[in-house]
Formats: sequence, structure tokens, C-alpha cells
Amino acid sequence: MTASGTRSSSVPRDRLRPAGSTEPAGADVELDASDVTALAVRTEGLTKRFRSGQLAVDGIGLRVPRGSVYGFLGPNGSGKTTTIRMLLGLVRPTSGVAWLLGEPMPDGAGHVLPRVGALVEGPAFHPYLGGRANLARLDASDATADPRTARRRSDEALERVGLTAAASKPYRQYSLGMKQRLGLAAALLRPRELLVLDEPTNGLDPQGTREVRLLIRELADAGTTVLVSSHLLTEIEQVCTHLGIMGRGKLLVQGERQVLTERGVARVTVTTAGEQVGAAAEVLTGLGLAEVLADGVTLHALLGATAPEEVSAAIVNAGLDLVGLQVRRPSLEELFVELTGEGFDVAR
Amino acid sequence: MSHADVLADGSADAAELRPSSTPVRGAWGRLVRSELRLVFGRRRNQALLAGLAAVPLLLGLVLFVTRDSALAGQGPGFVGRVTGNGLFLVVAALIMCLPFLLPLTIGIATGEAIAGEASSGTLRYLLAVPVSRTRLLAVKAVATMTFVAAAVLAIGLVALAVGAAFFGLTDVTLLSGTTIPLADGVLRVAGVAAYVTLSLTGLVAVGLFFSTLTEVPVGAMAATVIVAIVSAVLDTLPQLAAIHPALLTHHWLDFAEFLRVEVDWGVLSSGMAVQAAWVAIFGSLAWSRFVTADVSS
Repeated sequence: MTASGTRSSSVPRDRLRPAGSTEPAGADVELDASDVTALAVRTEGLTKRFRSGQLAVDGIGLRVPRGSVYGFLGPNGSGKTTTIRMLLGLVRPTSGVAWLLGEPMPDGAGHVLPRVGALVEGPAFHPYLGGRANLARLDASDATADPRTARRRSDEALERVGLTAAASKPYRQYSLGMKQRLGLAAALLRPRELLVLDEPTNGLDPQGTREVRLLIRELADAGTTVLVSSHLLTEIEQVCTHLGIMGRGKLLVQGERQVLTERGVARVTVTTAGEQVGAAAEVLTGLGLAEVLADGVTLHALLGATAPEEVSAAIVNAGLDLVGLQVRRPSLEELFVELTGEGFDVAR
Repeated sequence: MSHADVLADGSADAAELRPSSTPVRGAWGRLVRSELRLVFGRRRNQALLAGLAAVPLLLGLVLFVTRDSALAGQGPGFVGRVTGNGLFLVVAALIMCLPFLLPLTIGIATGEAIAGEASSGTLRYLLAVPVSRTRLLAVKAVATMTFVAAAVLAIGLVALAVGAAFFGLTDVTLLSGTTIPLADGVLRVAGVAAYVTLSLTGLVAVGLFFSTLTEVPVGAMAATVIVAIVSAVLDTLPQLAAIHPALLTHHWLDFAEFLRVEVDWGVLSSGMAVQAAWVAIFGSLAWSRFVTADVSS
């Protein structure tokens, strides 16, 4: 295995794409070969303006690498579901283009969508049919599905989401969590290269949420790319390799989760012996740290570009006692608030 | 692991799990069967068929009970002939159902077809399977038409059974007074039922068009029924005689041709031509609307 440097240097522009750096719509619409194979989802300047005039999605350029688990985050009403509907060919973009597994949408829907499992804006099934009958209905609609294996595949999908016992029960008697599971089973009716899961944990209890996370991880380990949206960061953050954050119709930031979490401005907290606080504050200021504040025996400051080791070395070199040193980076949630100016769960 | 390795591994895995994207033989028939199971398996639709089948039963019962009273033989259409020959109960029942009950049935079936799937959200999952929108609309049209045919058949078969039980079946006296053998009579009544069924195709196309416009099945149903009623009302205004031949409902009662000695196929085919025109116009409208519509429910 060659160094990971090879990898990062081959995809530098996709690692982090802060607001404002998105290319103008249509700038490089021509697909180069590596993008076709490397990206499961790619959009350029994807825009949807509803007839009411509302700009739901505003020129976004999604990059979902193959094999990734891409967390598509944003408050309710930030344009996630409309984006997903455009990816699946349900809604026509006002402008911009989208590729799914290298094929343009919606023109390639017939070829691509059999390889894509989807859960869009909550599950929806015929209320008077049982879970198995509902899956049979969807499978019968799939012109590329083999009818001979239909029963086995639907039973396996039900088994996978733990609905075997309720397979014959009418859908309307399902609890919210069971409905959500049946939606996942429908997405898993066939082996998929890409799963698009819109709010898959909605309505699930903590145990169910954990099971969905496990399922996503399992599928990702088997090579399936997963695009999962949520307005609850904490529910899916742990399984994601990549994150994209939407706000007011724009893709504010996207990239590898690791890179994003290291992006925030770090703060350092230094604890010294009581009488040395003033001297320590001078050392920190001397290092060029900003916003140095004393709070009892502890000092708070913005770390900036300074390495934590430099701070500790400077304090020790000044002959002061270093009792404790802590570096804190903002969590993704704080980053989100910083980017969007609003917390999660805030509707427009 | 290098980027290239990731790709190589990824595509090898992908090849293993990639399901075939080529259509399987018989996919069309499979979807049509699934759609028919959905339509005919639904309790509400079964109740609707049972309700329609009750019309000839009630009509036959009323005529049987009152056959010796002063009112015997009175009533619209072919009601007066029923007590003489049970076979005419089929015709009389169809005449009773044509103005409102059959259009209502069409409204319910077409409203459910697209708007119903949209309102329950199942439409987005069908389209994401994917089913091409053209194919889905065609399958919906076939299934709705099959349901309408089943409704006419249910009325006809129950009428035949009830008529036979209450009044007996004998040789058939045609409108001109000529008598033909019972077997020929049954064939002609079957012709009536077939004509009635085909006369409803135009309204099915109108209903499917409304169904593509809304996510509210009841709205589509009401609009469809209103079209049938307005058409029937306009058909009664002599001032509008010029447009009468083109009205959706104008030729509905032309099935009486089957009860003449010499069936005038010209009359029947002009009625079919009008239906074909309505199907062409509203079928195209429904298609152009449905294939371009944003599915946001």
C-alpha cells in the first residue's frame, strides 16, 4: 500500500469545499473519466426554483465518492429532500445537472435506478397491504427484477430489518418505527451500488437508530455507497466518512469528516499555579495567541496556528509550573452553527 | 491503501453486486397483474362492484313484486319489457347505471390511479424503482379499464341471473316487433354490454388526466363525475345541437342499435369514433402532464 499522501493529493479539491469556492454552474460540466468512476453522485450547479418562486436548492455541487458514507446534513427546509428528489428524477432541476453512478439524470433513470435503493421523505406504502405484499408490489414494478427470486429477496430484506414476524400484518397497523424499517427493506430488495436514505432514523427509538447505523456500516463495508440525510447531526455523524452541510438551499461545506472536524478554530486552556497566572498570560500573549483571558488559575486563549507543544514549551522555559493544558476544537455541531448561523432543528 | 486500490476494489465489488439493468421478459405482464391485484384486492373496490351488482337485483325485485299492480310495465327505457323477458333486465339495469353510477365508478377508479398513489406517497417509490412514467400511465389505464369492464360485467351477469330467476328467459322480441331466438338475443345483449363498456373509455381518459393534475383523489373523482353530468346536461339543450355529436355522453344510449333487426354498424362506429377522439385528446394531455410533472408528494 502506498502512502495515504497519494490519496489525498489525488482528490485535494474534493476534500474541503468551503462556501464560495464552488465553481460557477456549468464551468466543468464535461465529465472526466476519473469522476465517472470515483463519484457515485455528482451534481453541477443543481438548482430548483419552485413555481411559487422559492429557491429551494441553489446551485449545489455534490461530490459523493464511491464507497463513502456521505452524511447530508442541514436543518429542516434547507433543501436536502428536494436535492434527493432531483437526484432520483422525481423533480426536474430548474438548471444544473446531476449524475448518478456516472449516468445523467433523469435521462438515465431506467439504467441507473435499479442499482439505487432509496428512502425518500419517509416511508409510503399501501396501508391495507401487508409488508411482504407491499414489497412484492414494488418488485413487480421493477422491469429488471427477476420474478423467480422475488419471494426470497423480499423475505431476506424483511429479515434484515427485523420485520419477518410482521410480514403479513397490514401496513396501517405498523408503528412509525416499523414503517421506517419497511422503507429500508424496500431499499434493500436488490443488491444496490448506491443507497439514498432520506432521514432514515426519523421516528425510530434510540435502539432503532443504533440498528440503522449498524446497517449503514454493514452495507458500506460490503462496498455500497450510502448517501444519508438527516437534520440530526449526532444520529449519523459517527458512521459518515464524508459530510455535506446544507443551509438555505446552498451547500455550505462538504468534504471528509476528518478534515471538517479539524477545521474549526481551536482554543487552548492552560492551568498554572495560582500566583503565576499573570506571568503565564504574558507568555501566551508573547506567543501571539489572541483573546487571552484569565479565569482563576486557568487561562483561555485562541490557539490559532500555534502548536500546543510550543505553548507548553514556552511556559516551562519561562520557569512557570504547567499544571494542565487542554486543546478544544469545536464540535461539528458548533461548526454547523458557525456556518449557518442557526442550530439544528430550525426551520426556515 | 492508495486511491487507485480503493477504486479497483470498489469496482470489483460493484461488479459482483451490480444487478442487471436489462428488462426481464414478461415484465409488462407482471406489472399489469400486480396492478390488477391491487385494484381488485382493495376492499373499497370490491364493495363498489357489489353495490353495482345490487342495482339489477333491486330493480328485478321491485319489478317482480309490482308485476301485477297498476304500475306494472311503467318506467324508463326497457323496464316495461323486463317482466315479459328477464333478458331485458340486463339492458334496463345498464340504462339505470349509465348516467351516474358508472361515471362515479370511473371517477373513483381513475382518481385512485395516479392522484391516490400521489397522496399516499407510493407514487414516488414506484417512480424510484424505477417505472417509466409512460409505462405506469399505460398500466393504470389498462387496469382502470379492466375494472370498468368488470363493473359492467357484474351488472350484466347479476341482471341475467336475476332476470332468469324472476321472469324467465324466452325468445327476444326486438324493437320492431320481430322475434329472434334466445341464443341470438343473449349475443345481442352481450353486444350492448360491450358497447357500454367501450363508451366509457373517453371518460376514463378524462379521469386519468384529472388524476395527473392533483394529489387529492376525491378532487379528481368529483371533476370526472361533473364532466359526465355536464355533458349529459348540455346534450339536452337543443340550442347546442351543433356540438351534441361530439359530446362524451351523446352516443351512450346508441347501444339500442343491437336491438334492431338490422344493426346499423355506422351508428355504432360513429359513437366509437367520438370515444376514440376523447381518448386521443385526454390521453395525450394526461401523458404530457404526467411525464413532466414534478412529484413532490
